[in-house]
Amino acid sequence: MRLTDTLRFARDAATGYPMRTTLSVLAMSIGVAAVVILTALGDGARRYVVAQFSSLGTNLIIVLPGRSGTGGFNPANAITSTPRDLTIDDAGSLRRLPGVRRVAPLAVGTSEINFGGKLREVMVAGSTAEFIPIRNFEIAQGQSLPEEDWNRGSSVTVIGAKIREEMFGNNPAIGQLVRVGDRRLRVIGVLKSTGQGLGMNTDELVIVPVSLAQAMFNSNTLFRIMIEANSRDAIPGVKDQAMDTLKQRHRGEEDVTVITQDAVLATFDKLLGALTLAVAGIAAISLAVAGILVMNVMLVAVTQRTGEIGLLKALGATARTIRLAFLAEAAMLSAVGALVGYLLGQLGAFALRQFFPVFPAYPPDWAVIAGLSTALATGLIFGVMPARRAARLDPVQALMKH
Amino acid sequence: MSLIELSGIERRFLLGDTTVHALAGLNLQINAGEYVAVMGPSGSGKSTLLNLLGLLDRPNEGTYKLEGRDVTTLSPDEQATVRSTRIGFVFQSFHLVPRLTAAENIALPMTLAGTPATERNRRVAQALKDFGLDQRADHKPDQLSGGQRQRVAIARATIMQPALILADEPTGNLDRHTGDEVVNLLEALNAKGVTLIVVTHDQGMGARARRQLIMEDGRLKADLQQATMPNLAQISG
Ligand SMILES: Nc1ncnc2c1ncn2[C@@H]1O[C@H](COP(=O)(O)OP(=O)(O)O)[C@@H](O)[C@H]1O
Ligand SMILES: [Mg+2]
Repeated sequence: MRLTDTLRFARDAATGYPMRTTLSVLAMSIGVAAVVILTALGDGARRYVVAQFSSLGTNLIIVLPGRSGTGGFNPANAITSTPRDLTIDDAGSLRRLPGVRRVAPLAVGTSEINFGGKLREVMVAGSTAEFIPIRNFEIAQGQSLPEEDWNRGSSVTVIGAKIREEMFGNNPAIGQLVRVGDRRLRVIGVLKSTGQGLGMNTDELVIVPVSLAQAMFNSNTLFRIMIEANSRDAIPGVKDQAMDTLKQRHRGEEDVTVITQDAVLATFDKLLGALTLAVAGIAAISLAVAGILVMNVMLVAVTQRTGEIGLLKALGATARTIRLAFLAEAAMLSAVGALVGYLLGQLGAFALRQFFPVFPAYPPDWAVIAGLSTALATGLIFGVMPARRAARLDPVQALMKH
Repeated sequence: MSLIELSGIERRFLLGDTTVHALAGLNLQINAGEYVAVMGPSGSGKSTLLNLLGLLDRPNEGTYKLEGRDVTTLSPDEQATVRSTRIGFVFQSFHLVPRLTAAENIALPMTLAGTPATERNRRVAQALKDFGLDQRADHKPDQLSGGQRQRVAIARATIMQPALILADEPTGNLDRHTGDEVVNLLEALNAKGVTLIVVTHDQGMGARARRQLIMEDGRLKADLQQATMPNLAQISG
């Protein structure tokens, strides 16, 4: 039989039994759609985190207290702080290093903000004027923290956009006195809204001078020191020198960890890449299930069409011709299923992007290719058994089953 | 040389503990161009004989020579080729593919054999005309009457221009009038030189054949030659 005739025969056979064709196409398309959507989610998460990290600032080097066990970056350390002393003077000593553009110490804690009877909990970041450019924040109203001696903080604060709205509504915020914890602070600036970011939500943040924050939280350690290098090339040098300087200041003890944004990025990139892969693997299982369904559907087809197979043999069809016809049908079912699933998956990813515009839910190319080819391969592999069974049928027995 | 030469054919089936001798010690010669009716009671082995002649089944013992060639030892693929090119089947229950049109059903043996589409279309158009099915080309089997269905089946059986047509009770599912039409068609083919073997238990139809094989319990009970019997198909044109 000619290829075009085989394909047409298979197509007519498939459309001749709409119920089972629809079922197997559906199963296959759900499998492929799952791969596309889940990897879009996984890869979207990866891209989102990478983008967020990049928006933390450029050429960023972060010093955290405590020594990381392996010397490599351990994500757990980035979140929980081990109490080892990292002081404002430590931060100050780093300002003079070559290749350093800006340094900002950071102390954090939670407290309450109170104005005109309104009370809410806030995250307090104690830092300096440089914190704002390092983290790429922008001032919407008023001004940034004053340039002053880091060890004597004025009683001023720069507040996040959401705090301003909740505390002051339509009234002017700049110049007002608010109570944060047990301090009375004058609002001198409002941050531009950035929306939900990684780590801290700046819209619900209150920034105060670092020494003031330490006094409020009754501690003299820092949560982080953030360093901005002059250029990307300067990062490794600055990292090493920062380590050396702090080691010297800490009596030769290497009790801090210096990480670069690149390292953090690479780790998260790897972590979330692996996650996407795992998710794709799980979705691929649904493809295998779909393949088994196609096999069952084709086995049913062989049973249903036993009389027809006997007839084809009587009319001179070779075993090969019959095998190919059934294989083509299985391949067609899975190919159409794969295509429909691909379109459904892209539609789903599109819908995700519409609902969550910040989330770049695009399926990666490798996942799409792997999903489609797995679908086709399983369809073919699971089509072989029914096709062989059809080809082996005894023509006389088959003809009697009409 | 005989078209068909059977010698010492045995065909046994195991039914539980008992062995059924569907065909036993069968010797038979049929010449090219003959018109043979196979008759006998139900279960006497008529269908088994026809399946064997059509290479759909193999004997347990004995040899079957078709056109001088021993076909029992051929590989399945070689047998398929013989079926494709030399043999046409007509069944009692028509055996049309329900999702294909009349034209597509007629073309099926050529499609399976890989005949080019242009050649196929030409021959199908001719066959549709020959069998009075021009108006039914695009009809599916369920849109055709019984007689039309059997005409499609006969057109299909002849489309590869076989030497031998095997018909197993071709009028079994038809009323007498349409049955007669179908027999006339088959006899007209025989008149053109095709060897025709028809299984029937209709005495009247059997009598129209020039040779009658009477089967009983898998054996040939009688082989009646009616050399002088006029061929009705030739008289009725
Ligand atoms: N596949 C089979 N398995 C078992 N017995 C069979 C089979 N085919 C035919 N037979 C037996 O062989 C005998 C002849 O059958 P068959 O050729 O169909 O008779 P007929 O066509 O003359 O009615 C019967 O007894 C039947 O039961
Ligand atoms: Mg029978």
